[in-house]
Amino acid sequence: MRIEVEHHSRYRFTEPQARVVQLLRMFPDDTDNQTVVAWRIDVDCDARLRESRDGYGNLTRMLYAEGPLETIGITISGEVLLSDNPRRLEGADEPLPPAFYLRTTPLSAADAAMTAFAQEAAGSGDDQVRTARIVEALHGRFTIERRRGDGVLPAAEAFAGERASPRDLAQMLVACVRVIGLPARYVSGYSLGGCARRERPAPHGWAEVYLDGQGWQMLDPTVGGAPGLDYVRVAAALDSAGAAPISGTRIGHGDEELDVDVAVGLLGRER
Amino acid sequence: MAMLSRTAASLYWLGRYVERADFIARLVEATVRLDALSARPAGDAAWASALSVTYTEDAFAETGLSVTQADVARFLTCDRSHPGSILWCLDVARNNAKAVRTALTRDAFSAINRAWLQFNTPTAGDEPAEVLGLVEGIKAETRGFEGAVHRMMKNEATWFIQLGAAIERADNTARLIDVKYHLLLPEGEKVGGVVDRDQWTTILQTVSAVTAYRWLYNEGLRPSLVIELLLSRGEVPRSLAACVAETVEMLNLLGKRAGLQGEADRMARTRLARMQKTRADEVIVSGLHEYLNAFIRENAMLDAAIARQFRFI
Amino acid sequence: MKRAAFDEIWGHGGPQASGPELEALARWMRETPERELGRRLQSAEATFRQLGITFAVYGETEAAERIIPFDVVPRAFLADEWERLSRGLIQRVEAINAFLNDIYGERRILKENILPPELIWGNPQFRSEVVGIRPPHDVWAHICGIDLVRTGPDEFWVLEDNARTPSGVSYMLENREAMIRLCPELFRQMRIAPVDSYPDLLLETMRSVSPNGCVRNPVCVVLTPGHFNSAYYEHSFLADSMGIELVEAADLLVDDDVVYMQTIAGRVKVDVIYRRIDDDFLDPLVFRPDSMLGVPGIMAAYRAGNVTLINAPGNGIADDKAIYSYMPEIVRFYSGGEPLLPNVETWRCREPQALKYVLDNLDQLVVKLVDGSGGYGMLVGPTASRAEIEAFRAALVAEPHRYIAQPTLALSTVPTMTDKGLSPRHVDFRPFVLTGSGGVKVVPGGLTRVALREGSLVVNSSQGGGTKDSFVLLPDTPAPAGSKQQQSQGGMPQTQGEG
Repeated sequence: MRIEVEHHSRYRFTEPQARVVQLLRMFPDDTDNQTVVAWRIDVDCDARLRESRDGYGNLTRMLYAEGPLETIGITISGEVLLSDNPRRLEGADEPLPPAFYLRTTPLSAADAAMTAFAQEAAGSGDDQVRTARIVEALHGRFTIERRRGDGVLPAAEAFAGERASPRDLAQMLVACVRVIGLPARYVSGYSLGGCARRERPAPHGWAEVYLDGQGWQMLDPTVGGAPGLDYVRVAAALDSAGAAPISGTRIGHGDEELDVDVAVGLLGRER
Repeated sequence: MAMLSRTAASLYWLGRYVERADFIARLVEATVRLDALSARPAGDAAWASALSVTYTEDAFAETGLSVTQADVARFLTCDRSHPGSILWCLDVARNNAKAVRTALTRDAFSAINRAWLQFNTPTAGDEPAEVLGLVEGIKAETRGFEGAVHRMMKNEATWFIQLGAAIERADNTARLIDVKYHLLLPEGEKVGGVVDRDQWTTILQTVSAVTAYRWLYNEGLRPSLVIELLLSRGEVPRSLAACVAETVEMLNLLGKRAGLQGEADRMARTRLARMQKTRADEVIVSGLHEYLNAFIRENAMLDAAIARQFRFI
Repeated sequence: MKRAAFDEIWGHGGPQASGPELEALARWMRETPERELGRRLQSAEATFRQLGITFAVYGETEAAERIIPFDVVPRAFLADEWERLSRGLIQRVEAINAFLNDIYGERRILKENILPPELIWGNPQFRSEVVGIRPPHDVWAHICGIDLVRTGPDEFWVLEDNARTPSGVSYMLENREAMIRLCPELFRQMRIAPVDSYPDLLLETMRSVSPNGCVRNPVCVVLTPGHFNSAYYEHSFLADSMGIELVEAADLLVDDDVVYMQTIAGRVKVDVIYRRIDDDFLDPLVFRPDSMLGVPGIMAAYRAGNVTLINAPGNGIADDKAIYSYMPEIVRFYSGGEPLLPNVETWRCREPQALKYVLDNLDQLVVKLVDGSGGYGMLVGPTASRAEIEAFRAALVAEPHRYIAQPTLALSTVPTMTDKGLSPRHVDFRPFVLTGSGGVKVVPGGLTRVALREGSLVVNSSQGGGTKDSFVLLPDTPAPAGSKQQQSQGGMPQTQGEG
């Protein structure tokens, strides 16, 4: 399967900024599951970009732009060729062992209610079955807001509500899976969700869970059951903040506003 | 290696705030003396004008206190709640000194620290003698600081402190003349009474120019001569002419070291050239108040230009 | 019967010295009137206050700037004691550097099952943000402060390693300045190794680890959180005595993965940063996003190899209290030999058997939070009240993994000026160890902290501790016969050693 992605981000500032420094995690890497055919980044102002890789193994770029800046727009566009079995991650750069992903963070911490929920949902059985039950239970518990474009909530906060975005669900899944003692991580990327083309105000989010003997398994609580074959994996981390497409700082007064448009399209199956 | 912009900014503000603390100390001292010589309610008027000179009438009005020596003297010395008190100036000066202590000698830092310590354990009451004692102590420490700065290596650090002091002094002197002249010469009134004489002496004391006046003018106190002295006599360190010249000199030294000149240099040189042609008697005829207000505005613009040129932000 | 603690000058008696080397010091204490010692002490404290050598106690107002009490009686190490200590310190710091290089790199120590892996992976001090980074010249812990205690003539123990941003070196230098000024006679009567080369040595260390591509004179700076920080005096003191800039985060900016400082003449590239800011606050893009103290992009510059950070981010995993109990194994693994400096025996309460022992002996032990510091979150069993012990018992049962316990050591004492004259007080010791590209160096001196309250074992300055100068005596170098030096020494007849 061949997928094209276009991802626009535009920051608008109420007052001109003297400098903007951003850390971008918007660059998919080649794995056994995906091959990046083409990928480019365009910034609509003078900026310096520096490539690197973070501690989780994600590809990153630093963006340095000098002001005065009233707005800054970043466009990602590319094509990725997906293999027929993306559900089990193989061939990714893994600088950290699975045991590291047992750690929790403030964003992905489960509170008492979530802990009880996760344990009850998981029940007994082998790890694969238990995680599948958690995915189903989370999927069934929330009304999914696919069109919400704002940030990802801390897991415990999201759990207290009735509606959740796909990325909130992913963060909650990570928290719940760690409750039952399995390594889990948050993944940021793009998916078609079975359509030929879809537009969204945010990238997609899902989770990976490490099962002994089976490696890192992909789970998408937005879908509930088995995920499709149309996922482009971009960045993974302990929580949503660690995998966020853009972390930024700026020097200047005033507020900022972020507009995001993501378009994902099917380019046709390979022969 | 060029100096850090933040260090430069702190030194500049250190210079300004020490100068301001010193000025307020002199003002309080001179006002205590004037008050002692005057009959009520002239004494209260003297304290009211002290508030006016330090731009603190509004802040003082908010306290609800009455304009008496005890309350105003305490307000201008030990009240941390507003930027027109000695204590506030010393707080800020000491914070700036701490932020740049590597650029200062131990002597210079100790002088500020001692002044601050002295004021943070004030034992003085409201009696004139006690106020004078406190103020005398501050003057001694600020003199000590100036001395220590003069003994420092002649480099950017001393020049920024002196630049800040010159800009601050210019503002203080201009404001002092403006307020006092207004107060002393209500329109149409003649000058020369006994009270006036004390008033004019107060001005000279505040800028420590009593002796200078005697040296330069072989006659009794005449307002026009006092104005001339404070406006255009470069020999008197606190005159506007001296401040303007020192500003140019410090900017010159800094420019030579950094190898570049800018907006602030141009503004300061233009001001000096104009100042050299200024005659006090003409200023008085055409409107001293307007002249001084324009001077204070221009001084503030120069301050902003300095901040931009040396990237203080 | 409780035996009195070992006194480093008086031994178990007094006021005579325990050995001939320290007799000069003991005599000085006998012969200087206490009133005179008290006067000198006051003079020293007045100077410290005037210089602004103060620290702020957290939770108090700004006006509560205090000086750390200074004691005028020094402690002294004999030349051969120091020689043995130094070897132990060098071995330990080399192991700390090797461990950091390994744990953020190959992880041989885990592959060979020397450490339980969960101790690393679950430990917040192991920073994923640092994984994959090789610091210039593979040096991680450039400046270490190793906290030692002593229980007898030849018994030194490591209490704690400090491989992040150890402080206190300014006290080593300022206390020495004060002693030279106040008690010059001591420096004539004893041959004391100077400590004033520390700033030069530190600068040399910094320059030696500048980034590899740095051809010209490296630009070195000290990065401080600002003058409201409790250790600001030390930051400015170090920058000043090395003759380098003291910068705050706002002075630095990163462009194109290169760090610059903002000067009145424009940007200047920075090569080596001695940062006195914790990892968490270093870079809001990588660590805590709400940090106002940090420099956005500084970790990218570091990862790209364009700047050296001293000490390296991520070092907390080496001086963590949970790791501490494995230090003997760590030293053995990397040095191939036995540790020259022993650890204090430590029970890890995460281990059920250890926990049982600790709960049964709470009134004998010192219990510490694994992630606590500054003497907070600590129980000293023998001096604690019933209620305090019970509170700790409950905490231990609830979260055993957060605690370790150690025996209450009979810390050595040094005579100290008190209200009632000279009297022994417990001390500890923090020597400073520098590691550059050329190896490890120990400065002959350090920070001696003294518990001023009688019988107290808590030396932290935030809890009523003071400081003393720490003399290291130079070895008796037999002067050539008939040399002028020998004549000028005078005083006591000296027996020359053999050979």
